[in-house]
Amino acid sequence: MAAAHDYDDGAGHSQPADAYDPTFVPDSAKSFVVHLYRHIREKNVYEIHQMYEASFQTLSDRLFKDTPWPSVDAVAPFVDNDHVFCLLYREMWFRHLYARLSPSLKQRIDSWDNYCSLFQVVLHGVVNMQLPNQWLWDMVDEFVYQFQSFCQYRAKMKNKHVQEIELLQQYDQAWNVYGVLNFLQALVEKSMIIQILEQEKEGLEQFTATDGYDYNGGSNVLKVLGYFSMVGLLRVHCLLGDYQTGLKCLLPIDISQQGVYTSVIGSHITTIYHYGFANLMLRRYVEAIREFNKILSYIYKTKQYHQKSPQYEQILKKNEQMYALLAVSLSLCPQEKLVDETVNTQLREKYGEKMLRMQRYDDEAFTLFDELFSYACPKFITPSAPSYVEPFVNYNQDAYRLQLKLFLYEVKQQQLLSGVRTFLKVYSTISLGKLATYMEVDEPTLRTILMTYKHKTHAVDSEGKINSNADIDFYIDDDMIHVVESKPAKRYGDYFLRQIVKLEGVMNEMDRIKLD
Amino acid sequence: MGRELVQKQQQSAVSYTVEQLVAVNPYNPDILPDLENYVNDQVSSQTYSLDANLCLLRLYQFEPERLSTQIVARILVKALMAMPAPDFSLCLFLIPERVQMEEQFKTLIVLSHYLETARFRQFWDEAAKSRLIVEVVPGFEQAIQAYAIHVLSLTCQKVPRSVLAEAINIEGLSFDKFLEHHVVNSGWILEKGQGKGQLIVLPRNEFNHPELKKSTADSIPLEHITRIYPILG
Repeated sequence: MAAAHDYDDGAGHSQPADAYDPTFVPDSAKSFVVHLYRHIREKNVYEIHQMYEASFQTLSDRLFKDTPWPSVDAVAPFVDNDHVFCLLYREMWFRHLYARLSPSLKQRIDSWDNYCSLFQVVLHGVVNMQLPNQWLWDMVDEFVYQFQSFCQYRAKMKNKHVQEIELLQQYDQAWNVYGVLNFLQALVEKSMIIQILEQEKEGLEQFTATDGYDYNGGSNVLKVLGYFSMVGLLRVHCLLGDYQTGLKCLLPIDISQQGVYTSVIGSHITTIYHYGFANLMLRRYVEAIREFNKILSYIYKTKQYHQKSPQYEQILKKNEQMYALLAVSLSLCPQEKLVDETVNTQLREKYGEKMLRMQRYDDEAFTLFDELFSYACPKFITPSAPSYVEPFVNYNQDAYRLQLKLFLYEVKQQQLLSGVRTFLKVYSTISLGKLATYMEVDEPTLRTILMTYKHKTHAVDSEGKINSNADIDFYIDDDMIHVVESKPAKRYGDYFLRQIVKLEGVMNEMDRIKLD
Repeated sequence: MGRELVQKQQQSAVSYTVEQLVAVNPYNPDILPDLENYVNDQVSSQTYSLDANLCLLRLYQFEPERLSTQIVARILVKALMAMPAPDFSLCLFLIPERVQMEEQFKTLIVLSHYLETARFRQFWDEAAKSRLIVEVVPGFEQAIQAYAIHVLSLTCQKVPRSVLAEAINIEGLSFDKFLEHHVVNSGWILEKGQGKGQLIVLPRNEFNHPELKKSTADSIPLEHITRIYPILG
């Protein structure tokens, strides 16, 4: 999830608040770092988590609402100048700055340097801490967010100061796309997470069962960072429009099951949002619908527990975006049966009317597809450096425009399908000639429409297998169309299994009751 | 990281396949020339690797000044040949819009549009005008014919001779030969239609014969059964 902030990048050189003295450490801030440092040394994950989630927010709200936290140099003496702790502190320092203020270019570059040092330390295996999953997820999430933010910032070339241009050229390695991808990739590889997940399937290793924590005195940092980096890679690839590669990076995580990715709500949502979006772009609508439905119903049931979380706003925003994506997917592939009642009610409330209009595939409908896509898509980026030859042009919208254009192109190719579907719904058999007359086209054209229907509703999955996405299907025998309505697959088996387990529970319960 | 392997490869005589290079160095600009050569290999040896080609397009995306339009065109033709897979779109997602505005790419996009909307007549007409682009890639016609047959077999049990002929762009004697070949090798059956020429009975599959579709609805994966083992025991 794009960290808990969405500010305008602007010129990015405004310095906050008049009276910020980076060397001044208020007592409560001092006490915060001292305690956090102690809990980390004592590997007290519970306390670390409390301080990280609650105290840091409270203090930020109270003391550092519109100024940065004290500089790392000012707090270092209170934590034995501990190198790794200082890197962690700076990571939080920058995260707070990005969330509440506008980072300057110099600060963006410094934050990159800090990530480099931090990840180098982790990759060289000298970190022996045990950190909460929430924190480790936030690091990966923020790293990708700052990369995206940097690309957007850099692409706005107009109105940049001469000094900014010089700085950009001088530090051309900062937030370089190769650097970003290679760090994430290195974390995945060095952590051996893919092998760990493989071995876990055979019962040789425990990872998911302990939520990634290490109860044998080891550190969870590299392993869990490696794990979340797979989600980070999925997200970066989606930002680049490389959906196929993104999904490939996520393959080691089995998203049909609970896992460490579901242990942090932000990671859960980010994973499914990008997974669903990538599948939508790959025309695997059923897969997208299924996963959006699952997570939306999960958020519906659990969002009350997150009301106090700093991520709450982001959760709601992604929730809305995924409803929009679900509306788009269902308009292209009407499969209402895949959607739960609660989700469906919400969907109708939010997009019911728009979805009806989208079905018409006229100019207004395309405007709606455009609107929903633009609202709900990831913030696409152009990863390459600008040309530093004047005149400078902004190119921050290029990547988004291309993805939107190609998506609408796909919608246009499908525009006749909704009409043919309406007819198929009311006939069990109909001749080509008759349907052609009804649709006001000639027979050869009707054949192409029917074949397009088949092609577009039969998606090719990652193994090259063909899956039907059609709720209404048909076949042509000579010149007769025979309509086949797919019936909802009733899952009696699952139902009985659940009932057996339930009954057993009730019987155990009753055995325990002693009647005098 | 990445760069080390390339150097190692150059030092020692051990050679890696391009697929291995991509797997180990997905984000390494040094393998760009290898990937470009590999595109040409795929063209001449009639092989195909989407992953390697996406990797190359990614490197072009990162360093647009190294982009070769000739290579991109070849990748796109190969992607067309991979229909019904969505490879062509996957590639377009990564190619900057200003490159897509070039004439040869516009043509390829039109060709893809005709294939996506099953307008085979228009496709073959357009392809005939763009020989220079498509004919440099061996196997192009056959690949598109295979796609046309794929879509026809999803849709029809029986198809009139003329419809099939138009979709695959073969006529007369060569069409008879083509049919003969498929009768022997792919189980096609030729049937006399009711007064209006020959019908071709295409092989049965679960899409043109829905009754063949295996009902997976009531199969339960073993993992689910294991939940009730303790109870059964």
